Amino acid sequence: MKRTEDAGELREIARRIRIEILKMIHTAGSGHPGGSLSAVEILVSLYFSKMNHSTKYAKRDERDKFVLSKGHAAPVLYATLAECGYFSKSELASLRQMDSMLSGHPYAPSTPGVEITTGSLGQGLSQANGLALANRLNGYGSYVYCLLGDGETQEGQVWEAAMTAAHYKLGSLIAFLDNNDLQIDGFVKDVMGIEPIGEKWKAFGWHVQEIDGHDFGQILQAIENAKMVKDQPSMVWCHTVKGKGVSFMERLAKWHGTAPNADELKKALAELGAGGNG
Amino acid sequence: MLSLRDFYGKTLAELGRKNKDIVAMDCDLSGSTRTSVFAKEFPERFFNMGVAEQDMMGTAAGFAAGGKIPFASTFAIFATGRAWEQVRQSIGYPHANVKIVASHGGITVGPDGPSHQAGEDIALMRAIPGMTVIVPADAHETAAAIRAAAEYDGPVYIRLPRDKFPVIYDEKKTLTIGKSTELRKGTDVTFITCGLMTHVALLAADEMGKNGLSARVIDMATVKPLDSDAVIAAARETGAIVTAEEHTTIGGLGDAVSEVTSGHFPVPVIRVGMPDTYFSSGSPEELVEACGLTPRGLADAAMRAMGMKKTASGK
Repeated sequence: MKRTEDAGELREIARRIRIEILKMIHTAGSGHPGGSLSAVEILVSLYFSKMNHSTKYAKRDERDKFVLSKGHAAPVLYATLAECGYFSKSELASLRQMDSMLSGHPYAPSTPGVEITTGSLGQGLSQANGLALANRLNGYGSYVYCLLGDGETQEGQVWEAAMTAAHYKLGSLIAFLDNNDLQIDGFVKDVMGIEPIGEKWKAFGWHVQEIDGHDFGQILQAIENAKMVKDQPSMVWCHTVKGKGVSFMERLAKWHGTAPNADELKKALAELGAGGNG
Repeated sequence: MLSLRDFYGKTLAELGRKNKDIVAMDCDLSGSTRTSVFAKEFPERFFNMGVAEQDMMGTAAGFAAGGKIPFASTFAIFATGRAWEQVRQSIGYPHANVKIVASHGGITVGPDGPSHQAGEDIALMRAIPGMTVIVPADAHETAAAIRAAAEYDGPVYIRLPRDKFPVIYDEKKTLTIGKSTELRKGTDVTFITCGLMTHVALLAADEMGKNGLSARVIDMATVKPLDSDAVIAAARETGAIVTAEEHTTIGGLGDAVSEVTSGHFPVPVIRVGMPDTYFSSGSPEELVEACGLTPRGLADAAMRAMGMKKTASGK
């Protein structure tokens, strides 16, 4: 699998992944497009540029690992893993179906490349801490990456885990906050405000960087910066757009958990330059 | 009388010497649960998680995914109640190799009161698919359970008490997950028990023997997966069963046994346990007496069960 830091190449991969996300959710008839689309650049930066991983040594102990704590964004993870070659893209059409390897939320035992089972919000960061602590005991220099949603930070366990990561000085843990400002019931600020979110992570002992979560240059640089921090966990606070890349889905809570119908899919794919056949 | 908690701490440290992948975790109760014994010998492999049970269970799952064998300990009510959904999602669902060893189970927690008396923990853990649930009867069976859990690849819940229990076995005791131990042969009625009630049932069986009644006693330390063969044999051969546990009669050992008999060989099953209520502070002895978790209480239940047997058979 090719690694690149070229923003043009990464943008092309992101475009293909967005197309797969929309197609698979449409085929499934349910799923979460909004929060999948907001996280595409973050996952592409990890899997196609920064993470030490490979389908050839998918079980090698020293690999870097990624934890999708906001498990409802499973489509972006599945599309990314398929693009990497962990399994065939033809599997994506089986999302959410009976006996599929692609459960509605990530289930590690069934899906190649999925490291940790998630879906119930607030539980991924604790598991990422456990992975990072196990790596430390084994003397591995590998990194653990974790993606959290902004609405997810309303869960108390997130802050228990935030304390743990700082207490154990987990410099090998690099987390991302997909701050797309929306959750199912509406704007995060209206449902249960989380601000000042950057200050909160700082107060919990984390190294915090605030970036545009759709700008590859900023994401790649933030990961490099985070790797330089050895005695603190890092939070890359990413401002993102829910539904990013599909004009009629952007910044709308209704696209948190709604599948596009045939017409909507056609329109979305056209915007992404997928052509009539997708 | 020996402390089950002490044997947990000692056995965990022994295992830690042999297997470097074993780690211990606690939520600010390491002195009480005895993970402190492991912590003292292996400080680099002990992780105090603070008063944060949900995070401990999640972190334990992460350790397991990283190839470690975490033993996560706190009081039974917090391990199973406070963190139930973390245990279900992060540990049970992916069948993570996490061992939850909880102390202070049951009514014998005593003076701390109902806030700390776990009477629902066995039911809560038993309801999770794929979870193994073990309730040892004494200190030696505790050591055997800890060793069996370390050998087994998957999630295990082991429930220990605060109090010392009378000794039933010796240090040669072994435990096979899913297999019960027949401690007394008998033909008139069977006691199926776990934890402290195993000793109490032995006393009850002895008393009944003086009156010419023959009571079988089965130590069902593995509540899940249940030794169904032993339950069905007891139903078939003795025709009446009394279950006894230091847990409410909702969802624990009594229900597990009833589920087997009702589907395979229906006989009277009387379930002795804590009532469906919040009790009060008190000494363990007072509380056990008030719940009827005594040799007298078990013998009375056995007489009732045998009486129902006659009614059921139309005599």
